Amino acid sequence: MKNKYSIFSLARNAVTYHENWREAWRSPEPRKGYDVIVIGGGGHGLATAYYLASEHGIRNVAVLEKNWIGGGNTGRNTTIVRSNYLWDESAHLYEKSLRLWEGLSQKLNYNVMFSQRGVMNLGHTLQDMRDIERRSNANYLNGIDSEVLRPEQIRQIVPIMNTSPHARYPVLGASFQRRGGVARHDAVAWGFARAADREGVDILQNCEVTGILRHNGAVTGVETNRGRIQAKKVGVVVAGHSSVIASMAGLRLPIESHPLQALVSEPLKPILHTVVMSNAVHGYISQSDKGELVIGAGVDSYTGYGQRGSFSVVEGNIGAIVELFPVFSRVRMLRQWGGIVDVCPDACPIIGKTPIRGLYFNCGWGTGGFKATPGSGWVFAHTIARGEPHSLNAAFTLERFSTGALIDEHGAAGVAH
Amino acid sequence: MLEINCPWCGPRDQIEFSCGGEAHIVRPLEPENLSDDDWADYLFYRKNPEGRHHEQWCHTAGCRKWFNAIRNTVTYQFETVYRIGEDLPEKTSR
Repeated sequence: MKNKYSIFSLARNAVTYHENWREAWRSPEPRKGYDVIVIGGGGHGLATAYYLASEHGIRNVAVLEKNWIGGGNTGRNTTIVRSNYLWDESAHLYEKSLRLWEGLSQKLNYNVMFSQRGVMNLGHTLQDMRDIERRSNANYLNGIDSEVLRPEQIRQIVPIMNTSPHARYPVLGASFQRRGGVARHDAVAWGFARAADREGVDILQNCEVTGILRHNGAVTGVETNRGRIQAKKVGVVVAGHSSVIASMAGLRLPIESHPLQALVSEPLKPILHTVVMSNAVHGYISQSDKGELVIGAGVDSYTGYGQRGSFSVVEGNIGAIVELFPVFSRVRMLRQWGGIVDVCPDACPIIGKTPIRGLYFNCGWGTGGFKATPGSGWVFAHTIARGEPHSLNAAFTLERFSTGALIDEHGAAGVAH
Repeated sequence: MLEINCPWCGPRDQIEFSCGGEAHIVRPLEPENLSDDDWADYLFYRKNPEGRHHEQWCHTAGCRKWFNAIRNTVTYQFETVYRIGEDLPEKTSR
């Protein structure tokens, strides 16, 4: 591989004071047309382009991003990766993704800093614990690792957590997926971008789609602020703006866009070495490699595109975190932001064809898309290349809202909405 | 925090309110004659616009009455509120 990152390239560049590193991907001018255009330069879109080229040999591909790559939800999430979903369809899909995560840094020749430090989902009520037992048993049946922990075991793993039975919402137990963890979100976008670029994919930043060109019920290209670009197939992976792009093609979607917030603290010395999530009091927290506590909140109940949310949500979130971790009560917060998540009525994605030939949608990941980044790109590339879904995403059609075959993952989705 | 103007109680803090989603979705009059696609459209499909949006809100921690509002989904600013059953106001001040 040309310009491969390795200990030797590091040493070579160290000799020249790191002044001769080459750009990780090109910034080409748009061509007249492509075989496939992927709208949306987040992790999912870049992964789609990478797998189109590397798995299916389709290299005449462009990724169109209206801002900069990874600047949307890819850079705004809490980077949690896990696959402990309840239903077979979603468990298989997220497990495929987790398996891709496990070899991703080597495959991309880019360190995505995937760290399998475990993900703990707390239960605070009897019903929570029943649901956790049920979900863990479903996970075993699907070959996914999951353990049910008692409060004593939780105390051993996370001693700083308030597991007192006298807490307002006492911790009664948890599910624990040791293969879960976190990854460096920007590196995921950059790693896929660099790997896709090497396969010949054009990454076009500051290229905003303003229209979907159609002829006789088939897609023929897109209109952008950098001119008209033809394409045989168009894949749309734009998360919060899915309904906006859909309306350009005269489609409606069963999706509503909500602001979802997260915040990080000042950097601390290592104190929390796993991911802790709680549905009942509603907060999720991990510590980044830089030492910041990365904290996630819930969605706002109203729809919004403003990439910011309400303070009342942050207040409730911090209340929950401080209840669980009294030791964090005087930690100062550095930054707080919102991402626009595309929420489906059954908290599961839509990955597949649309009534318009050659137009494919990958959306509705809602509050939990980051963990699916490689798997989402992998199945979406298959769907676009073959014109048919892979068995892993065959259930995630738009038609399920008419047939009633919904996949209700509100329980395992982990974020209240 | 947003200040929301309840048509019965006047301006109150956002935390007193719940958002009930898109407004003016009419329950099908002849449900037995509806196709699966029409049911899906009624139950699940939403406009989800970027910009001006008609919504229903409830003053949950106040008078507990429902009302309609026009809100901008980018700036989050309320353009106007109006009571259930009232005609859709054209651009008016609050």
